[in-house]
Amino acid sequence: MPEGETDVAPFDKASASLRVEDPALLSGRARFIDDLPEPAGTLHAAILRSPHAHADLLSIDTRRAVALPGVFAVYDGQALAQVTDPLLVGVKVAVEARVLATDRVRYVGEPVAVVLAQSRYLAEDALDLIEVRYRPRPPVTGAMAALEATAPVLHDGLGHNLASDRRFAYGDPVAVMARAPHRVSVQIDYPRNSCTPMETYGVLASHDPDEGFDILANFQGPFSIHAVLARALKVAGNRLRLRTPPHSGGSFGVKQGVFPSMVLMAGCARLAGRPVKWIEDRLEHLTASVSATARSTTLTAGVDADGRILALDWDQVEDVGAYVRAPEPATLYRMHGNMCGAYDIAHLAIRNRVVMTNKTPTGLNRGFGGPQVYFALERLTARIAQELGLDPVAVIRRNLVSAFPYRTASGAVYDSGDYHRALDLALADGRYDALRAQQAQARAEGRLFGIGHAAVVEPSVSNMGYLSTVLTPQERAKAGPKNGAQSAATISVDPTGAVTVQIDSVPQGQGHQSVAAALVADLLGLDPAQVRVVAEFDTAKDAWSIAAGNYSSRFAAASLGAVQLATQRLRDRLAAIAAPMLGGDPAALRFADGAISAPGHKPIPFARVASASHWAPGTLPAGGAAIRETAIWTPDPLAAPDEQDGINSSLCHGFIFDFCGVEIDPLTHAVKVHRYVSMHDCGRILHAGMVEGQVRGGFAHAIGAALYEELAYAPDGAFLAGTFADYPVPTAHEIPPLEILHLETPSPVTPTGAKGVGEGNCMSTPVCIANAVADALAPVTGWVELTLPLTPARIADLIGPEPAAPRTSAVPRALPQGGGGGLTGQGRARVQASPQQVWDILMDPDQLAAIIPGAQGVTRPAPDRFTAEVILGVGPVKGRYTVEVALSDLSPPQSAVLSGRALGALGSGERVGHVTLTPLPGGGTEIAYTYDARIGGKVAAVGGRLLDGAARMIIGQFFAALGRRAGGQRAGWLARLGAWLREATE
Amino acid sequence: MKPAAFDYIRARSLDEATALLRAEGGDARILAGGQSLMAMINMRLVRPTLLIDVMQVPDAATPRLEGGALVVPLGTRQAAVLARPTLAAEVPLLAQALPWVGHVQTRARGTVCGSVAHADPSAEIPLVLAALGGAVHIRGRKRRIVPVAEFLTGMMQTALTDGELIEAVSFPCHTGGQAFAEYGRRHGDFALVAVAAVVSGPAVRLAVGGVNDTPALRDWPALDEAQIDDALNDLAWSLEARTDLHATARLRRDLVRRLGRHVIERARACA
Repeated sequence: MPEGETDVAPFDKASASLRVEDPALLSGRARFIDDLPEPAGTLHAAILRSPHAHADLLSIDTRRAVALPGVFAVYDGQALAQVTDPLLVGVKVAVEARVLATDRVRYVGEPVAVVLAQSRYLAEDALDLIEVRYRPRPPVTGAMAALEATAPVLHDGLGHNLASDRRFAYGDPVAVMARAPHRVSVQIDYPRNSCTPMETYGVLASHDPDEGFDILANFQGPFSIHAVLARALKVAGNRLRLRTPPHSGGSFGVKQGVFPSMVLMAGCARLAGRPVKWIEDRLEHLTASVSATARSTTLTAGVDADGRILALDWDQVEDVGAYVRAPEPATLYRMHGNMCGAYDIAHLAIRNRVVMTNKTPTGLNRGFGGPQVYFALERLTARIAQELGLDPVAVIRRNLVSAFPYRTASGAVYDSGDYHRALDLALADGRYDALRAQQAQARAEGRLFGIGHAAVVEPSVSNMGYLSTVLTPQERAKAGPKNGAQSAATISVDPTGAVTVQIDSVPQGQGHQSVAAALVADLLGLDPAQVRVVAEFDTAKDAWSIAAGNYSSRFAAASLGAVQLATQRLRDRLAAIAAPMLGGDPAALRFADGAISAPGHKPIPFARVASASHWAPGTLPAGGAAIRETAIWTPDPLAAPDEQDGINSSLCHGFIFDFCGVEIDPLTHAVKVHRYVSMHDCGRILHAGMVEGQVRGGFAHAIGAALYEELAYAPDGAFLAGTFADYPVPTAHEIPPLEILHLETPSPVTPTGAKGVGEGNCMSTPVCIANAVADALAPVTGWVELTLPLTPARIADLIGPEPAAPRTSAVPRALPQGGGGGLTGQGRARVQASPQQVWDILMDPDQLAAIIPGAQGVTRPAPDRFTAEVILGVGPVKGRYTVEVALSDLSPPQSAVLSGRALGALGSGERVGHVTLTPLPGGGTEIAYTYDARIGGKVAAVGGRLLDGAARMIIGQFFAALGRRAGGQRAGWLARLGAWLREATE
Repeated sequence: MKPAAFDYIRARSLDEATALLRAEGGDARILAGGQSLMAMINMRLVRPTLLIDVMQVPDAATPRLEGGALVVPLGTRQAAVLARPTLAAEVPLLAQALPWVGHVQTRARGTVCGSVAHADPSAEIPLVLAALGGAVHIRGRKRRIVPVAEFLTGMMQTALTDGELIEAVSFPCHTGGQAFAEYGRRHGDFALVAVAAVVSGPAVRLAVGGVNDTPALRDWPALDEAQIDDALNDLAWSLEARTDLHATARLRRDLVRRLGRHVIERARACA
């Protein structure tokens, strides 16, 4: 039997039921990156970030910041460019991704400068003193908008925003689609969201001219990024030592995105000649770490009359943010082998476009590509049922793959499963009929109650070659093949006979050490508590390859395979050593109860045999010492893409069938999930508790994606979700009950029979809930396209028009309509002065400046413009801003346009105000104004709830002050009082 | 997300606190729980030069009944008021609303007076105070008592002048029916809309939070079944409902109409 395909003796599941990780985590002893000691002389970094979505970077003045006591240095993009190169990407396009902007910024939050200081506090003080001049450019934030010919271009060298455009055809999709009796389509805009680990990014980097770089970071892999890091830092791989901390505060893929910050901090350490530490804060994390991709998809099926899908046609436009940055465009290609999901569809067309927009670059995120694909695919099956008048479960059943292994149209091999049986078990054990009865009763009572379904295939253990599907076969031939998913593990025995295992899976809290210890203990006949599993990772000392790390649910299926292989090799050597003492036949030996035994002989303690290699190497039989074994394992089925673009993008393919019942709350329009049933087949279950933990965790993330979370941007690219109040991650209160069911069909391609299980509900649950919401709304709306998250505001709009405004009521004429950083509104004020007097104030920048509170340093570079330092704010929230005001479209003394721009540490704002002055019949003037304001930077990201009101108030105050000044000029304090009383800001 | 440097003084008396406020000018802030203020300071949205901690001022941690009102002094935690066994009988509206204020952890630190001073448009405590016609007891060089409607002057803006602090707030102990409801997207979130109904005989008062910059009040001398939907629709449209990241103006109006009716019915049921 070839290595890696040996059948493992099933180890005792109960032995792994308590996690060795938990005592440290639960008692505060865990050592996260920010807990680890810092080398002497460590400097603390803070990053100055762009408040603009798109702007030219004209100048950076760091003099005041450098002069602050405690500040060591301030580096800008030019300084970093001396020691770093741009980051390599997987597609060859003219996009230069640097870790600090040099001449242009392309997203809010893009790093512009780094301060190194004695403490983070001082470093942040210095940030406020850096003066940056930007020249804003028009931004583009939508994927489809970025494709338009007139769209602003992010990267001039590319000339457009399309980084990749590939078409694939498997089978004969065009002809089959044309012949199909029915064609059914959905159009989906999948939003940007993220999985937000509790622990943010952290980096501790140092540089030694002889040794090279030493970077400790809570990076999670894949370690293919090590090559990107070494290139960016301009050193050979052996001059870049990368280490991970012993504990992680969660990743969910997101920690992969720390790598540009690793380059940034390592570059700073090299420039400074001192160690540099940086811990990301929450605002930085939400604004500028990474997120899942937003995707616009048109998906069409050719269907026969009984719901059988004959052909699928995908048109996907992937928004990867401002730069194509590793691992992108992997989100788009990770699912390439399983684009037909759980369905047997022979004819498949795919068009994949990758576009760049003025938003934060994207990266790994739990579910990685699955949520976007299955949202479209399972909305489509629901629509097929609805259009053809079929039962949605019948449509799913009719199309399910039924024989395994199954090769998909696009080249994946579904290793095992029994989808029909899983579906039947789910409906029976999940009491589907009872849910249908509950729905019938609710509908009879007039309630909006719906049932949704989703069937998905959960891929795990990524083929490192799948991304090369983005290249044409010719380009691939030139670049050389890429494939595989190698895992490495090392097992060693020390002179006391104790066993230590080193794994390359960089666990983020899942419990890898517990499961690995149980497996090793079982093979060697030890107690799991005797086996120490080390998960801290060090590229300078540990065995590793590019696939190492914690992603694509690879631990149980792949990492554990390497552990098993290394352990078997060690056991074979130990058996060879023990055999002469126990009668000569190594194959007859038994490893159990801490001893090695053979029939008819007294057992020898394991430690005695294991330690012999250290103490008496001269006595060992041929084959040598049993001290240390390293195994590197790769699964055979993961080949490079073939000539026809077929790709087995993942090693294992689990199956999920979900259904749920939801109701729309009649008071609030909120979605309430009454029941949710999730059936999983993740192959052999190695540890029931940890599988349940993975399913529940993925489900919670999916509830966030379905109902709550969006990394929202204003049309001008301002980022709006910079706190957990504005990016509402659901808490325990919001997670509905979940019923989990299992079917186990062991994988034939993994050593343990296990498949990945960490991401499936992120793929199945958002669309299952959406289908249920659509079903709930169907009696009043018919078919609707739904966009996540399914907020009460969106559902209210779907349900129908609201009661009309009464004609008699005092409806405010001016309702500011924000929805984020773009704010419009209007108001008016009445003053005693004549239009000419008001006009004269508006035309006199000195007088204008005087009516703004706290204005100082007024300059007047041109007759029609002035600049000033002003303090703006609401209540205690105040900030100092540099304001530029320009006057235009002058029509004295009737109307003018005031364009204002403000930039400060709290953010930026732009405003265009149209002012009209109308004489009043009894003397005096009515000042009417409309404004269109855009707010960016920190205030937009953290102040969303209060932004409209604040903008309205500040603008209202300006015009009220204008009115006061105009009124006061002629008539003294009495008229001023009268003017105050008449001020009516609407 | 580290604050700029500031000084911190723990005041031993209200006189000391007000003297410090006067001496420091407008850049001093009172620290009374800090559940909103400290987050804003950490984000450098607020940059006080001096924080005056009033939580150790004597006799400020316990509410008292006085002149037909529950008087809550400045050092009283929200959790302490909620734990008061007689609260539901004394100020039923406050008893209903307090569990909606943040989370159990923030209520253990946050104070009733601090919430009123912060004057967040969505905050429950100022809304309850407005619905009941309560008052704010202000202490500076002199003392003054201001009706809450005059105290709340705008979003996060109050009638406090430099050198003044809130000494206490008083919630009138009403008879009659009272009911509170709100909708926020998550447990403990700021309300998208919060409503409080106070019913006395045929008269109905509805207070709405989270829509205008300050709590909006509407009084109806009577409101029968034939009138209520039109009355609430009229109210909903008269407010300055806005669209923002979290909700549309339309949803806010829907919530005024629907939650408004819900609390009026509930208030009547317990009148």
